[in-house]
Amino acid sequence: MTDVPAGGGSTNTASAVPEKLAWDSRARRVVTIYVPLACFVVILLFPFYWMAVTAFKPDNELYDYKHYNPFLIGSPTLGHIKHLLFETHYPQWLMTTMWIAFAATAVSLFASVLAAYAIQRLRFRGSQYVGLAIYLAYLVPPTILFIPLATTIYQFGLFDSPFALILTYPTFLVPFCTWLLIGYFKSIPYELEECALIDGATRLQILRRITLPLAVPGLISAGIFSFTLSWNEFVYALAFIQSSEKKTVPVAILTELVSGDVYQWGALMAGSLLGSLPVAIFYSFFVDYYVSSLTGAVKE
Amino acid sequence: MTVATVTDWTRVRPQPSWLARLFDHKPFLVFACLLPACGLLLVFLTYPLGLGIWLAFTDTKIGRAGEWVGFENFEYLMTDPQFWSAVFFSVFYTAVATFGKFGLGLWLALLLNNHLPFKSLLRAIILLPWIVPTVLSAIAFWWIYDPQFSILSYLAVDVLHLRDKYFDFLSTTWPARWSLVAANIWRGIPFVAISLLAGLQTISPSLYEAALLDGSTGWQRFRYITFPLLLPILAIVMTFSIIFTFTDFQLVYAITRGGPINSTHLMATLAFQRGISGGELGEGSAIAVSMIPFLIFATLFSYFALARRKWQQGEAND
Repeated sequence: MTDVPAGGGSTNTASAVPEKLAWDSRARRVVTIYVPLACFVVILLFPFYWMAVTAFKPDNELYDYKHYNPFLIGSPTLGHIKHLLFETHYPQWLMTTMWIAFAATAVSLFASVLAAYAIQRLRFRGSQYVGLAIYLAYLVPPTILFIPLATTIYQFGLFDSPFALILTYPTFLVPFCTWLLIGYFKSIPYELEECALIDGATRLQILRRITLPLAVPGLISAGIFSFTLSWNEFVYALAFIQSSEKKTVPVAILTELVSGDVYQWGALMAGSLLGSLPVAIFYSFFVDYYVSSLTGAVKE
Repeated sequence: MTVATVTDWTRVRPQPSWLARLFDHKPFLVFACLLPACGLLLVFLTYPLGLGIWLAFTDTKIGRAGEWVGFENFEYLMTDPQFWSAVFFSVFYTAVATFGKFGLGLWLALLLNNHLPFKSLLRAIILLPWIVPTVLSAIAFWWIYDPQFSILSYLAVDVLHLRDKYFDFLSTTWPARWSLVAANIWRGIPFVAISLLAGLQTISPSLYEAALLDGSTGWQRFRYITFPLLLPILAIVMTFSIIFTFTDFQLVYAITRGGPINSTHLMATLAFQRGISGGELGEGSAIAVSMIPFLIFATLFSYFALARRKWQQGEAND
């Protein structure tokens, strides 16, 4: 609200000077670029700030906006986090989520590397159609699959076991990773492989010694993307896992920490914060890979 | 290196074993390479998809095999006002959220396409809502929408004195629906903005220079250069966005669980409530299967939008 008079004033001064100067004027740039950008950043980050503030506030400040400024913490406490770590199964949920995410990522990467290599490099008849079919698989959302998948999982005797998730997550990870890796393999010159073939290497040796080392950035992108997607997955984890100690973090927070009519917002927010941190940290190390995989997949 | 290769060459090469020869046989290799991916997808995607369609025509319940009942499930759903409310809200939610996400996302992408200090840091920060598990940020929104301790109400009532009563976000139909749409837009903006930014960066600056020399206005440059060249990426991103917004589950399940009085159920959450919580697998599958026509429509939309682009550019191949 306070920006409006300032903004109006600067555009007025800007329109007083000739058109060409106005375009580059600093004030105009501030109003048209920096102010909206700052609003975007504040709105996009506010829920995280609010999450963090709530997680470290003692209960008496949390529910009293009259005496304390809600945006600040008077006397920070680790009470909610302590409650979470020592009085709930939280550490176990974290470990389960971590192990499921790593295993699902490993399975998907293995399957997608081989599939992408076959489709892009072995060039058999109909390889385009296999590629297209895998792409279409990405367009099948989990929410139409979870009911029949639940019965399938039950038939296989995997219900309530981490393997139910490790084997079903690849259904949305493999199509994505395969397409990403096809793009990467395309960028590696085929001549390198021809040289190796002439030198008498087998196809698998070529994949292991030449193509894979050159595709490491692609592998990292696909791996990070898979890891964050498996960490965030919710529907399958909600439908296929029943016992409390085997749940993943997102499901456990919503089903185990929310009890009765009185919500413990401090503990809930602490749980959300701790559950978000591992992915956020993991992501911050590889931001560029992540962005390139996101945009690369879109451009393909 | 050179020494090693020389010794390799002088040594008599051992005859490859039958296993190695088998793996160098191309048809077998193709089969072996495609086996893990296709196996996983066939068993856990194609088969359940077919099974789901079959289940929709049976009266299966949890723990009891069903019998073929024809269109009974669908006939029942046709007369069920709750189902129609879910269909309406799914379409409304998708339409409004997509509109909001793309409007704001495109604006953010255009802002980011300027020369800015700390651009990569900014990009990393903006993607955060997309990285963090949806359910966890949804819980944060649930807390922001709290009837008694909502920070937005506090801002509007106690700080800015805009109104004298606290907002009632989630306990009546329409405010609850708009609150969910707002949360979905918040989560979707980063993906749209970063994808479109990648598209913007591929547009050659010389086009803008030429247009500037011709005396174009800012709006004309956007309308006749930026927008047409952005269209192919826009079409793909929009397809994905529409599909995953329409079949959204997490936000609604975490924030309202379909309430108040089942008015914010999406088709996916209704399918979950009937199919898994209620045990009516057949009916739940019927609801899930009813989403398929909408998804096919969205996919065809993007396909034809893309085909039109290629035809305009006169490109025969990719």
